[in-house]
Amino acid sequence: MNPHLLIAIPLAPLIAAVIAGLAGHRIGRAASHTITIAGVAIACGLSLYVLKQMYWDGVGTFNGPVYTWLVSDGVRIQVGFLIDRLSVLMMSVVTFVSLCVHVYTIGYMSDDPGYTRFFSYISLFTFAMLMLVMSNNFMQLFFGWEAVGMVSYLLIGFWYTRPSAIFANFKAFIVNRVGDFGFIIGIAALFSYTHSLSYTTAFAAAPHLAQQTLPVFGGVNALTLICVALFIGAMGKSAQVPLHVWLPDSMEGPTPISALIHAATMVTAGIFMVARMSPLFEHSSAALSFVLVIGATTAFFMGILGVVNNDIKRVIAYSTLSQLGYMTAALGASAYSAAIFHLMTHAFFKALLFLAAGSVIIGMHHEQDMRKMGGLAKYMPITAITCWVGGLALVATPFFSGFYSKDAIIEAVGMSHRWGSTYAYWCVLLGAYITSLYTFRLLFMTFHGEERFRKVHAGEGHEHGHDGHGEHGGHGVHEPHESPWVVTVPLIALAIPALLIGYFTVGKILYGNYFGSAIEVLPAHNVLGRMAADYHGPLQLALHAFLTAPFWLAVAGLFTAWLFVLKRPDLADAAAVKFAWLKRILDQKFYFDWFNEQVIARVSRGIGIGLWKAGDQGLIDGAVVNGTAASVGWLGGVVRRVQSGYLYSYAFWIVIGLAALLGWFLVHA
Amino acid sequence: MHDHLLSLLIWLPIAAGIVVLLLGERNIVAGRWLSLVASLVALALCVPLVRDFNTHTAAFQFVEKAAWIPRFHAYYALGVDGISMPLVVLTALMTIPVLIAGWQVITKRPAQYYAAFLIMEGLMIGVFSATDALLFYFFWEAMLIPMFLIIGIWGGPRRVYATIKFFLYTFLGSVFMLAALIYMYVKAGSYSIAAFQALPLTLTEQRWIFAAFLLAFAVKVPMWPVHTWLPDAHVEAPTGGSVILAAIMLKMGGYGFLRFSLPIVPDACRELDTLVITLSLIAVIYIGFVALVQQDMKKLIAYSSIAHMGFVTLGAFLVYAIVRSTGATQGAAMGMDGAMVQMISHGLISGALFLCVGVLYDRMHTRQIADYGGVINTMPVFAGFMVLFALANTGLPGTSGFVGEFLVILASFKASFWYSALAAVTLILGAGYTLWLVKRVVFGPVANDHVAKLSDVNGREFLILGVLALAVLALGVWPEPLLKIMEPSIQHLVSQAAATKIPV
Repeated sequence: MNPHLLIAIPLAPLIAAVIAGLAGHRIGRAASHTITIAGVAIACGLSLYVLKQMYWDGVGTFNGPVYTWLVSDGVRIQVGFLIDRLSVLMMSVVTFVSLCVHVYTIGYMSDDPGYTRFFSYISLFTFAMLMLVMSNNFMQLFFGWEAVGMVSYLLIGFWYTRPSAIFANFKAFIVNRVGDFGFIIGIAALFSYTHSLSYTTAFAAAPHLAQQTLPVFGGVNALTLICVALFIGAMGKSAQVPLHVWLPDSMEGPTPISALIHAATMVTAGIFMVARMSPLFEHSSAALSFVLVIGATTAFFMGILGVVNNDIKRVIAYSTLSQLGYMTAALGASAYSAAIFHLMTHAFFKALLFLAAGSVIIGMHHEQDMRKMGGLAKYMPITAITCWVGGLALVATPFFSGFYSKDAIIEAVGMSHRWGSTYAYWCVLLGAYITSLYTFRLLFMTFHGEERFRKVHAGEGHEHGHDGHGEHGGHGVHEPHESPWVVTVPLIALAIPALLIGYFTVGKILYGNYFGSAIEVLPAHNVLGRMAADYHGPLQLALHAFLTAPFWLAVAGLFTAWLFVLKRPDLADAAAVKFAWLKRILDQKFYFDWFNEQVIARVSRGIGIGLWKAGDQGLIDGAVVNGTAASVGWLGGVVRRVQSGYLYSYAFWIVIGLAALLGWFLVHA
Repeated sequence: MHDHLLSLLIWLPIAAGIVVLLLGERNIVAGRWLSLVASLVALALCVPLVRDFNTHTAAFQFVEKAAWIPRFHAYYALGVDGISMPLVVLTALMTIPVLIAGWQVITKRPAQYYAAFLIMEGLMIGVFSATDALLFYFFWEAMLIPMFLIIGIWGGPRRVYATIKFFLYTFLGSVFMLAALIYMYVKAGSYSIAAFQALPLTLTEQRWIFAAFLLAFAVKVPMWPVHTWLPDAHVEAPTGGSVILAAIMLKMGGYGFLRFSLPIVPDACRELDTLVITLSLIAVIYIGFVALVQQDMKKLIAYSSIAHMGFVTLGAFLVYAIVRSTGATQGAAMGMDGAMVQMISHGLISGALFLCVGVLYDRMHTRQIADYGGVINTMPVFAGFMVLFALANTGLPGTSGFVGEFLVILASFKASFWYSALAAVTLILGAGYTLWLVKRVVFGPVANDHVAKLSDVNGREFLILGVLALAVLALGVWPEPLLKIMEPSIQHLVSQAAATKIPV
């Protein structure tokens, strides 16, 4: 493979981002979006070309350096690429979704004063994400890891005058840093054994590391510690419980980045990382059990929160948390291919759902509350249809892309015999019901039923009338409208793979050994291998699904949503009253935020103030420093007339002392 | 010219400073330009220093030697190795933004202000390039005088308290170092640092000398618990004073540990390394928490400096724990590399952050975080710089702030899991205090009328912040040139530190 071509892939968006960022106000809006779209288009085209080369032309894995970052203590740390079937798939997904989002942004951000800045950020993000997935070493992985986090920080806080936005981006950065704390310890632990940061060395050392014991916490397996520490990093980036708290708040950012960063790409970095590290994780069953339990917990419990939320973007955000939990659970069951496969299908249908939600938000004149929507299918047919495609894919409707990936995960977890797999299986299985419930609730509340926006706006108009602004009353309802083509074309472009890609790729990616040596699974853990024995093509698989539990659970979810949203909305209110205690727990999101803000943040500030006031000011300055000065002053008072000035006196005595010392040495030298 | 390059670097700024002083306040325009030209020439002199530096030897280069005080066998001896040369360049570089930053801002006795900084530049370069201990001590103490004046004359309302505290702390620490130097002079018959490094010393002697050095260097770094002078000094110092204090003066402490403590008293260091490492980790965590709750921007950055300098002392003293834990020195050089990179990087980043605070202070005349909010609305370009330097301060990869911390964390795991884990807490705390500052000052809606009236950076401010931003990014993206310069000297230092000097 041509290394120059590979370098061009991340470099094109980087250059575009720099130009749009530094000269955006000079070259103008059109030039800025043209140049960034061109940059990402180049990256996307080249990525697809490399994918073609690797898949159809049989070109082998590329693993080579780009430049030497530094040499320290004989350890050469290089920036370099590892391009195999895993990374090239990620590159293609990332750049394709990014391209769609770039085009969509033209419409979505058209009247935003930060237009060029936004394009610069999302191109910069694409660069960082590519560096992450293309890396062949832990330093560059960490670079990409932190760089995507930085751009996410900038983009969540894009509307920087909103207090909620700058709270959310600060929170996102800090929570991610908690994960990175684990991540860097994992890297350091690995380095201390292998003296290298390259993947190849680390993978080769895995069986050896599994035999080592680290003398901490009464002796732990070195590889388990490494894998758990690395996974803590993934928990931050891929928003797994309890480090998930930042993702719902990240919806403060503009919708295109919710689709690109907080659904399709960045949040899947943790999933990608664990799959990339499969040669390490495979040798530590304890770590994989940890991964499995965390993932399954996230999949089920975060999905529940999606059921009670009324903000269209936040519902999708909780859905993302839940789906990331599915991917994580798949990793924990050693079904890495299934995790990556779901990552890919999810990237398409979840980006689609977010962009569709964005289209609804534009159509509703920046309204995000689903209680004020309803019946929009009539006004926004393209948005409604594409959103339905995304929703059906999300609930794993047979033949849709999400079906092939999610059913495989449920089955794989069910077949796993790892510690925690029974619990995990129930979580991911019942999660199918929850997924269906919140998805159809969203679709019904938004696109069908009563046109509640009329009621709300009419009421407001009435109030305006009372306030003497009669002229506003005449406006009545802001009619929802379909979005312009720059918005709908990306929706369609994403709806196609959301619908079809599963059908056409499931055989290769899940059961056809697409990943080859890029993902390592020990024979004893190979649940997908056992599933492959029963695989007879995508059609068969989809037809068989009508006889399985996940399908009927999804139907039950559909029915529940229909009943509570469309048929008998009063039942939902009654349930909310009857189960008030449950509703409070869910409204408080299981009290994670409360704990972080009231306990952790408060205690940290308390420690800071305590150390500052009592330690620095009280003890060190008060008792020792100024105390010494005071006692010396007292002494000075006793030995009067020797001096009067503070500094002068000290300096004087010091000089006298020095002179005496020097004199002594001179005499004796 | 190469024979006297270091002398030129020392005396040219000092001579220029004296000329500016003589020109007086009435010729301040000429004085300003002369200062700028002199500092630029000094930086230009660093070009041959870097270009012709031999990166394959640990020996001192660009050496000069002349008799100075024959009675004491003290020589005017200069030279740089891979440890001191980068610090010389940093000094020459960081003086320039300080001079430019004061251009229209300093109206009170500007000629003296400029002269003080130029003279200080020469003296600081002297500290890093002296190879004779008495000469080193001369520069070390002499440079306190201009800094003392800078805080005392151009400082804030509590400048008298701050200067006295600053002076006493640093001067008292140094006196013990002088006693140690004289003791070794008596034993070795020379003030040459190389002779000190070769001098066999019993463990008892080493312990006393170690304690003397520790006092002197720990105050300068500063290490907990002798750090409380720094926040006060920073708060009262004018912007330029803060920049030099943070960017260069603190590095003298770190340099002292590398040049004196480790190679001269290695056995005492081996015995007492846990003390230094404990104090370093306290600096990272304790000070990190204290930084979190600061209400004064300069105090916050001052505390942040202490926490970041904790990585310098941690990285420098890892060698013994690594040997104890693994039986070999592999990894020790990485810790010292990390310490060195951290010093250079911190010089750039903390300097830039203090300049940023200066930009705000010049407009608003307050350093209280509560007086700000939403600066980005009226100063978008400035906000871009401030966010960049803040992210660099949190150790973001791609910026210089990452390199040193990364190397030290990697190396410290070899020594102990707990060293590594506690050091890595800086990822969370550093992000916490730095980005909370950014959140409150830079982001948000316009907080008040004063913020609404702010004007964005002018060309002068853009220039200095832009150059520093480029340096921070360049060092983060490609640190290898710096590492290459240091490598032989660091390897040599590791072998010195790991050896024993107890006479048998």
